[in-house]
Amino acid sequence: MTTTPGATKPPHIAVENLSVSYSGVVALSKASLRLNQGTICGLVGMNGAGKSTLFKALMGFVRPSTGSIRINGQSVAQAQRRQSVAYVPQAESVDWDFPLSVTDVVMMGRYGSMGLLRNPRHRDHEAVRQSLELVELWHLRRRQIGELSGGQRKRAFLARALAQGASVLLLDEPFNGVDVRTEKLMVQLFMAFRREQRTLLISTHDMDHVTGFCDQVVLINKTVLAYGETSEVFTRENLALTFGGCVLDQVPKMWGSRSEPMVTDHGEGWN
Amino acid sequence: MDTIGWLMEPLHHVFMVKALLISAVVGGVCALLSCFMTLKGWALMGDAVSHAVLPGVVIAYALGLPLAVGAFVFGVGSVAVIGLIKQSTRVKEDTVIGLVFTGFFALGLILVSKVRSSLDLMHILFGNVLGIRPQDFQQTLVISALVLVTLLVFRRDLVLFCFDPTHARSIGISTGLLYYLLLSSLSLAAVAGLQTVGIILVVAMLVTPGATAYLLTDSFSTMGLLAVASGILSSLLGTYLSYWWDASPAGCIVVVQTLLFVLAMVLAPKHGLLQRSRHHQFTQ
Repeated sequence: MTTTPGATKPPHIAVENLSVSYSGVVALSKASLRLNQGTICGLVGMNGAGKSTLFKALMGFVRPSTGSIRINGQSVAQAQRRQSVAYVPQAESVDWDFPLSVTDVVMMGRYGSMGLLRNPRHRDHEAVRQSLELVELWHLRRRQIGELSGGQRKRAFLARALAQGASVLLLDEPFNGVDVRTEKLMVQLFMAFRREQRTLLISTHDMDHVTGFCDQVVLINKTVLAYGETSEVFTRENLALTFGGCVLDQVPKMWGSRSEPMVTDHGEGWN
Repeated sequence: MDTIGWLMEPLHHVFMVKALLISAVVGGVCALLSCFMTLKGWALMGDAVSHAVLPGVVIAYALGLPLAVGAFVFGVGSVAVIGLIKQSTRVKEDTVIGLVFTGFFALGLILVSKVRSSLDLMHILFGNVLGIRPQDFQQTLVISALVLVTLLVFRRDLVLFCFDPTHARSIGISTGLLYYLLLSSLSLAAVAGLQTVGIILVVAMLVTPGATAYLLTDSFSTMGLLAVASGILSSLLGTYLSYWWDASPAGCIVVVQTLLFVLAMVLAPKHGLLQRSRHHQFTQ
């Protein structure tokens, strides 16, 4: 069920037969996927389907029981040491009353490439400035992080990932709770990252985003059910498999138009 | 008596000079640590560890070891036990913390009453800053310096650990190491605090200055400076008040800390109750 685009180039992310268990419970089984450099890829699946586990495995947070992950031809640990992978969390995951400015948070993206004391050098300040300008938050750099709006908070996290200089960005529900303007800006940024040959793996529940700007899609339900070019993989049949056969009739309408959520929620919430 | 006299007379006594010095040092170091305790939400953990070190302190004393060694083993050990019980039972974390630290503390009380030593239970419980022994004085200074250097060297990593441990891990920073670093600092600071305000009130030194500073600023660097200033001021003022009122130094130090917190809570320029009330009226 997979298509392998650009097979001539080595993949930027290569996951082979990855299985992960927590205390004997299988979270992900024999998952495989390959993403080329400069790809925007949507990660779609139900709550508990293994999206977070895949992210954790790519960040080296969980030890696979079987299988392997290569990022730019390197192991996860090597990629982590080279600051190649950045994770952009959901905004709800931190305490926004924390006494930090926007600049402080973005500077944290540079810590991995600093010395023991994490004293910023000129190049670190420069990277932070460029990142903040790119996400249009430079004018708010001295604000306490809690004073930002929901969309600005997402952009601050995105700026942190940019300041890190990562070539792989893992984005967890980046569009949750953002306004239309921020959404447009973020999509433009994603396109710019693609031009810079960065690879983006975006966990999302919004099918319009997948069809709108994702080059590829990974459908996941305890394993990778399908991955490849969006136009080939994002089919009614595959979605039915992904969501346990609960797809509504709206599926054919999704191409090119904003639709309501097209999957019923049989007692299982969304991520 | 004028202010100069009020300030100078106690300095004629060596025990007061030593008390002022040691309580200011411990107050400042514990205050810096309290910023991390407050931001990490470890107030209860601070209470637990400071009580759980008691058996370690008594055993170390009996064996002639530095008190810090015993405190470190039992402080870290108590947290390991808390983690073990939490993982292997359905009992909630706050309950586990409550039962483990009281269990350790009770064991310490038995040891104090059974182990033959010159350790005075009242001094351990409520501090003995006015009668601090030379070896305890030196030990407390060394412990304070160790904790201070650790916090200063790792301050940025610790702030990141408190704010977003997931990001810390994703860029290759060991959050496990930072966890135990903070925990070790807490255990050592508990021993240092034990000499000044005793085990019962040491948690105030490990929480209150940080909470006070948290209300006054939105910058971590400023928070650290304000907390340390408030910790040192409380220790000095509390020790002076205890001299002039002939009252418990521990009680005076902690009461001053609490009063500073109340002042900040009411008068803080942005997060104080008065300002919030004004803002509320303005927006209505």
